Amino acid sequence: MNDPACAVPPPGSPAALARGPNDYKSDVKPVWCPGCGDFGVVNALAKAMARMALEPKDVAVVSGIGCSSRIPAYMSSYGFHGVHGRALAAGTGLKIARPDLTVIVTGGDGDGYSIGGNHFLHACRRNVDMTYIVMDNRVYGMTKGQASPTTEPDWDSKLSPDGTGLREFQPLVVALASGANFIARGFTGDPNGLAELIEQAVRHPGFSFLEVLSPCITFRPEQKEWKKMVRPDAFAPTPEVPRAVRRLLRDTGFDLGVLYAGERPPYAPRGPRALRAPAELEARFAL
Amino acid sequence: MQQPDSPGSGQPSRSVSVALAGSGGAGVMTAGNMLLEAAAHAGYYALMTRSSGPQIRGGEAAAMLRIACRPVECMADHFDVLAAVDWENVQRFKAEIPLGTQSLVIGDPDQSAPPEVFLQSGAMHAELPLKKLAKAVPDGRANMVLLGTVAALLGLPDDAVARAVEKTLGKRPAALAPSLAAVAAGRAAAAGIERRFPLAEPPATRTSRWLLTGNEAAGYGAIKGGVRFVAAYPITPATELLEWMSPALAQVGGTLVQAEDELASINMAIGGSYGGVPSLTATSGPGLSLMVEALGLAVAAEIPLVVVDVMRVGPSTGIPTKSEQGDLNIAVHGLHGDAPHLVLAPNSVADCLRTTQWAVELAEALQTPAIVLSDQFLGQARSVVDRPDERAAGPGRVVAAAGVAGYRRYAVTPDGISPMAVPGTAGLAYTADGLEHAERGTPSSQAADHFAQLDKRRGKLESWDYGDDWADVEGDPATDCAVVTFGSCTGPVREGLARAAQDGLTARLVSLRLLAPLPASRLATALAGASRVLVVEQNHSAQLYKYLRAECDLPGRVTSLHRAGALQFQPGEIHHHLLEWSRA
Repeated sequence: MNDPACAVPPPGSPAALARGPNDYKSDVKPVWCPGCGDFGVVNALAKAMARMALEPKDVAVVSGIGCSSRIPAYMSSYGFHGVHGRALAAGTGLKIARPDLTVIVTGGDGDGYSIGGNHFLHACRRNVDMTYIVMDNRVYGMTKGQASPTTEPDWDSKLSPDGTGLREFQPLVVALASGANFIARGFTGDPNGLAELIEQAVRHPGFSFLEVLSPCITFRPEQKEWKKMVRPDAFAPTPEVPRAVRRLLRDTGFDLGVLYAGERPPYAPRGPRALRAPAELEARFAL
Repeated sequence: MQQPDSPGSGQPSRSVSVALAGSGGAGVMTAGNMLLEAAAHAGYYALMTRSSGPQIRGGEAAAMLRIACRPVECMADHFDVLAAVDWENVQRFKAEIPLGTQSLVIGDPDQSAPPEVFLQSGAMHAELPLKKLAKAVPDGRANMVLLGTVAALLGLPDDAVARAVEKTLGKRPAALAPSLAAVAAGRAAAAGIERRFPLAEPPATRTSRWLLTGNEAAGYGAIKGGVRFVAAYPITPATELLEWMSPALAQVGGTLVQAEDELASINMAIGGSYGGVPSLTATSGPGLSLMVEALGLAVAAEIPLVVVDVMRVGPSTGIPTKSEQGDLNIAVHGLHGDAPHLVLAPNSVADCLRTTQWAVELAEALQTPAIVLSDQFLGQARSVVDRPDERAAGPGRVVAAAGVAGYRRYAVTPDGISPMAVPGTAGLAYTADGLEHAERGTPSSQAADHFAQLDKRRGKLESWDYGDDWADVEGDPATDCAVVTFGSCTGPVREGLARAAQDGLTARLVSLRLLAPLPASRLATALAGASRVLVVEQNHSAQLYKYLRAECDLPGRVTSLHRAGALQFQPGEIHHHLLEWSRA
């Protein structure tokens, strides 16, 4: 196990201009549709990493399955593309085993809120020092257009004609209730604002949750209108849960910015620890 | 272990079996543990299993021990002594505590009478006023009286018993003196019991010995193999493995995380291992079922991982507290697609250490998941064993060196093993992927890449030299009978074969430690010349038998002895079957 000091240089450090955003992207061509919001996340992520002057070798981007979960291969850092819904678990294991790495978990609304919903709750509770970026387009894109937990109840699809009739999952409410230490919402149509939010999320200690409105222009073309609906800087960060709760009561779903920046100490193993030789454990068995 | 001599005849015997029973809070587990330790201090080997009612706490309980002059790997055919503090619900254990005509049942006449089911065996019934004797000692307890009586019947020396009591109560000095006094009272009261079960002299040379469970042995084996990260979810009967590892890992610079479910545990372990830290999770059947998808990820992304499955009776919730070897099929065949991986099985409490350590070494060297099929019997049995031999350290993970130009994580190499980059190493960044990939790791849906990577992943497992650890092969290779088994069946099979040998039936024994990839050519060599092969296993559908028949050409006439779990095979049952088999 390594020293838990994270390799994020302070803002404005001399190294900050050493790499440009393109240095954080790989040469792998994305599988996304032209116009997909997720391109904006790659750009913003690269920009944020450049601004923080992160060493690509010290960053791991971890994901599950879905359109947005393809991101790790598109970055020049280390990547992990696992099974559907378990990205947070893989990221948690990686960060606890290797506290020196900067771990950024990415994925979509289906991966994170549906099949991976339980891990979302417990990642918020556990408060491991990592960042979770969810690209929410309110649809399963990779499987060609089914309702996700954040889809409107009356959205018509082949699998759910006339809609699911279910109320939408409320990611920010759930994150706040479950104990996430940093909660924000961004929009892919505002790459500079999004890069700023990603940087804040990565720098904030503990579990940082960033919900990103990322339009699916193929299966949800109406989401092109989101750019008119978003309200940049509508949230004002607060470290107080009650304030954040009250603010969420009047959330339009398109309010952007940092909702909550808490002060809970990040996860750390508890109890006495040492670095002894394994053979010393034999005293427990010896007669 | 040879044919038991005649315990109860008053002549010294090389193996004596004792069950202590009573209702919740009666302290039979404490007494059982002390008896086990006392036997160890007196120079004997011993094994203790425990059983309890379905209540979470406070139900009836039984501590079942076999004490012997040689290492003990299974329980005997019947118990020589059944001693109860009280008889409330103790009849529940009738199948687990078989008695014989030479057995002795000890009970308190001031409590209810022993259940008829125990006396039907023809066992002698001795009355011992445990409560009254305990009351005569200030703060005395009946379980300690019982301990003293049983120790006396077995001829265990006073000092060995006292040492065991002192070790347990060392932190509660106020309880020590009354306990020792109660033990002495029980010992004195044993004078009134006619039937005795003296143990023969222990081995003259006192080897270095340990007292531990299979779960603890597996945990220590994992740490010796290099595991420093564990993520897991509590499940019977694997929990003690995790509870042992949690503080142990903290002592050696590792970490254990309690995950929210088994899906999280295995994916966390995979994440940790991807990060370069040898990682493990432990579970039982229901958890293994949940982990199967992620096992496929570890195969495809070539991430070392060890999953210890402490098997219990299935399917579904089954019988969580009882043993069965029913997970062989899912361990070997459960993954979708063609997903070669490792499956290993320890065959004794002590072997849980060696096999788990080997599993870590193989997983690390071959960059693939290894499933260790332990079971409830091995995992929870507490045993006095010879200190296991040290294993030479494995070769470890082949790690890519920094600065290699054009690094290809999944390069097709002659032995199929491609150097693995550790995150944090400059110039080697890649994406580990469950998607089929090209050599660089980039996703590919090309048939050529799929073929190449399938061949690579299979080839590395098939070309590895597993050495002599693949099985314990015993007996005269010239005999024409052979028994193949695995896991906790090995103990009763070994003892059954030893007894059959006294009847003139000799047979080879092959106890498989490596189940997948199946070392078919080594198995063929071990079985060469056999005209009949018996496959012994503890499950309802002959999973090992069918697996062997599918994978290799076994010589001669091949038959199966399989029985579902909940009750372990007894050596006498194997012995009886071997004689019938040899005549058939």
